[in-house]
Amino acid sequence: MIIEDVLCPFCGCLCDDIKVEVEEGRIVGVKRACRLGSSKIRGHERIRAPMVRRDGELFETTYDEAYDRAARILKGAKRPLLYGWCSTVCETAKKGILLAEVVGGVIDSTATVCHGPSIIGIEEKGLSGSTLGQVKNRADLIIFWGANPVEAHPRHTMRYSSNSTGMFTPEGRRGRKVIVVDVRKTRTAKNADKFILIRPGTDYEVISALRMIVKGKGDLIPETVAGVDKADLEETAGMMKAAKFGSILFGLGMTHSRGRYKNVDNALSLVADLNGFTKFVVMAMRGHYNVAGFGQVCAWETGYPMAVDLSRGAPYFNPGETAACDLLGRRETDAMMVVAADPASNFPRETVEAMAEIPVIQVDPFPNPTTFLADVVIPTAVCGIEAEGTAYRMDGLSLRMKKVIDSGLPTDEEVVENILDRVRRLADDN
Amino acid sequence: MIIEGGIVYDPINGVLGEEMDVSIEDGRVVEESRDGEKIDARGMLVLPGGVDAHAHIAGAKVNTGRIMRPEDGRRGTEARTKLLRPSTGYTVPNCYAIGYRYARLGYTTAFEAATPILEARHTHEELEEIPIVDKGALTLFGNNWEVLECVRDGDLDKLAAFLAWGLRASRGYGVKVVNPGGGEAWGYGGNVKGIDDPVPNFDVTAREIIRYLMRANEALRLPHSVHLHTNNLGKPGNYETTLATLRAVEDIASSRDRQVLHVTHMQFSAYGGTGWRDFESKAPEIADYFNRHEQFTMDMGQLIFGSATTMTADAPLEYGNARLLKAKWSNHDIELEESSGVVPLVYGRKNPINAIQWAIGLELALLTEDPWQMIMTTDHPNGGPFVNYPEVVALLMSRAKREEELATLHDLASKRSSLPSIEREMDWNDIAIVTRAGPARILGLAEKGHLGVGADGDVSIYDINPEKVDPSKEHEEVKAALAGAKYAIKGGEVVVRDGEVVAVPQGRTYWVDASVPEDAAARVKADLVEKFAKYYSIQMSNYMVQDAYVTRPRVIRAGVI
Repeated sequence: MIIEDVLCPFCGCLCDDIKVEVEEGRIVGVKRACRLGSSKIRGHERIRAPMVRRDGELFETTYDEAYDRAARILKGAKRPLLYGWCSTVCETAKKGILLAEVVGGVIDSTATVCHGPSIIGIEEKGLSGSTLGQVKNRADLIIFWGANPVEAHPRHTMRYSSNSTGMFTPEGRRGRKVIVVDVRKTRTAKNADKFILIRPGTDYEVISALRMIVKGKGDLIPETVAGVDKADLEETAGMMKAAKFGSILFGLGMTHSRGRYKNVDNALSLVADLNGFTKFVVMAMRGHYNVAGFGQVCAWETGYPMAVDLSRGAPYFNPGETAACDLLGRRETDAMMVVAADPASNFPRETVEAMAEIPVIQVDPFPNPTTFLADVVIPTAVCGIEAEGTAYRMDGLSLRMKKVIDSGLPTDEEVVENILDRVRRLADDN
Repeated sequence: MIIEGGIVYDPINGVLGEEMDVSIEDGRVVEESRDGEKIDARGMLVLPGGVDAHAHIAGAKVNTGRIMRPEDGRRGTEARTKLLRPSTGYTVPNCYAIGYRYARLGYTTAFEAATPILEARHTHEELEEIPIVDKGALTLFGNNWEVLECVRDGDLDKLAAFLAWGLRASRGYGVKVVNPGGGEAWGYGGNVKGIDDPVPNFDVTAREIIRYLMRANEALRLPHSVHLHTNNLGKPGNYETTLATLRAVEDIASSRDRQVLHVTHMQFSAYGGTGWRDFESKAPEIADYFNRHEQFTMDMGQLIFGSATTMTADAPLEYGNARLLKAKWSNHDIELEESSGVVPLVYGRKNPINAIQWAIGLELALLTEDPWQMIMTTDHPNGGPFVNYPEVVALLMSRAKREEELATLHDLASKRSSLPSIEREMDWNDIAIVTRAGPARILGLAEKGHLGVGADGDVSIYDINPEKVDPSKEHEEVKAALAGAKYAIKGGEVVVRDGEVVAVPQGRTYWVDASVPEDAAARVKADLVEKFAKYYSIQMSNYMVQDAYVTRPRVIRAGVI
């Protein structure tokens, strides 16, 4: 049996045209997906059973005992942190936020070590964006800034950006100009009409120089800016103003180099400025397939998109104080639940050391370095393959993920709900 | 349940301040209730539950407002309780706050004013999280490529079939049209300048788009009329565009017992002047036109001083706002369908433009003689948040209050509007119309906005005695009483008591399922298959809002067969 139009649960492209071939309840073929997506859909090593740690070792146990341990850990904690939510569906995030309210915890997503600075930049300036289809149909200039989609979002260029075709872009790549700005010549840069090599940590200066040229103050710019010749910057600004529909698609190269949210603020300002001359949009190249969805759910439920402290019963948002790394860095957190993420691989070393000192609950289909730190491990069905639900693409478009095969495992949503039920029962007992 | 002895205003059933009982059973108003629950409403004002026909309460642009405005989130924070989820926000409250605050005001129904089909799933995700109130969403059609092509080809049957399909795909309730043609032009940073300005690449005009959509809307006999946000909205001198638009559709007849066109947040479309320097009110001209043309309705879009978050599918307007005010600006263009923008701002009493805008909303409401033609809104949160409805009611009921307010405003509010000379003060029957009966009739919600047998058991009870309190003089009492209902009853259940939420039922979501002839539907489908293959960035099979997102639907049937 071939199931059509399956959504891919890998990156923020959220491709929705995948064909999956299923025989006797197993996936035997995947078409159209990139190698990253295909690998996830075909499946790899899984956590085999719920586990709890005793005397330093993980032992297999029942779901009931795992739920119970998890609930006791969260209920007993003074400052629990509920973290992750990027590789699961929005329905899980909703339950997670409610659980954070009930236990008086802090909830945060992987955006905190990813596009969190982009969100803060948006708080400063707003964002002039569009859906990806608008880029596909109209953009004649595409600038990848600190982003390398050829390796991180392999189908992005064909489906949505530089190499796609649309109503007003029938020539595809030939009808477009592509500029790549990065600190090294990436594979994406090889497909570009113009590559601008900048020194690491100089995004802010380069963006500022472009803003000045765009606004007619180019005579104040020195002959080189952050290693880039003024003539290159002038040519780039000229291409931007000459475009009918330009777009800047930026990645972690911009958000995680020196300047962080100020870089994003400056890039958003550049795009706002450019709209005085022509049409321009800007978009963050989100990584995990539903990291954007957690931000959406968290915003409509709590008012804020990440790093929400619910310990006072009312949402409090102050990244720098209430983000996951802030709490761990201050050794403030005394228990952590990790859902569909791997902080042990991605967090700063000091915060991972803090995780090692506290009880950690992991809810995930796959083992990863966080498993080594976890005291309770609860395996789940893979969202988008073994469980359905909602995900938000990098441009904010929501789609419904399908269930393709049955794993017999509980979904992330069911696991969080089970823990929530037990926490509530423990509260009633007291 | 029996609500005993209240002073009831129920304009649809001709009840004007009579002391009477209201009985509810199984969620609906009945002749006589057998069960024992009694609510003592003696000496209190009893109205049908409030109906908000136009507010931006759910979906991508509302959430964009939340995300870009953490400073707004901090206003209006309330901690969770055993019953309630936490609240945040003033102009862009979280979903829970929206439901609780409507209920506290005695409102039991609220419609989201604008959702693109492509992002309707998101809209419904948020609507599902808004507690208590019944709701629905109007679907945007004014810049959709399929619509523009049907209009260009003069294919009314196909257009009607597409409206039916789009409403089903979005689980939408009605046809919303925002700056027709302008949203498409904005795809390349342009706009249209009036109803006869051609839309780039599509060879149609706003005049044609509006006329065709109205004719298709009436061919489908949809419960609501076309709901129009005019071209040139927000610009000085735009009253001429507004009147030209209305004159262009005078010959179109309504297919049902309702208006043929609803022009929304008229305050933003009733401006004179050639620029901001000679900006002035043209509300009298607009009201005069409405007084002579009963087939049209409007809502106020009243401005409230203080913080607002403007959000609209009129993206070029928002870009203009951001440039003018040097404010934060978000924009979001939606492939093949729409554009949109969000800009926070503050309306100031001493700002001459804002002061005149404030006066225009009130002029429109008071100069339009028939209250059934003119309903109350603040275009939440564009003119200001809906929690200020009691303030607006007090202004409509009291000339003294208006004079007190005018004295605190920039003096151009008095010089460039007719408000100081307006004597009219609305009575409770007028208020019941502009906040309940009128919006329900305009939306075509037969079981809302009244207390006749069979109506939904949605009732609001306020601790104010209309026989004793003179709203003209005691406007502060009016405002205080309306700000926290003594009781709000939703579907026969007490949801608010003494201004506090005491129960949190889940409301229903209205959407319209219109039938169309198979051949027209097939022609639409052929077009769409091509559009998804070539232009959309998703597959057609993943486009339509799935049933999982509308868990308590109330489906209204319409259509041609």
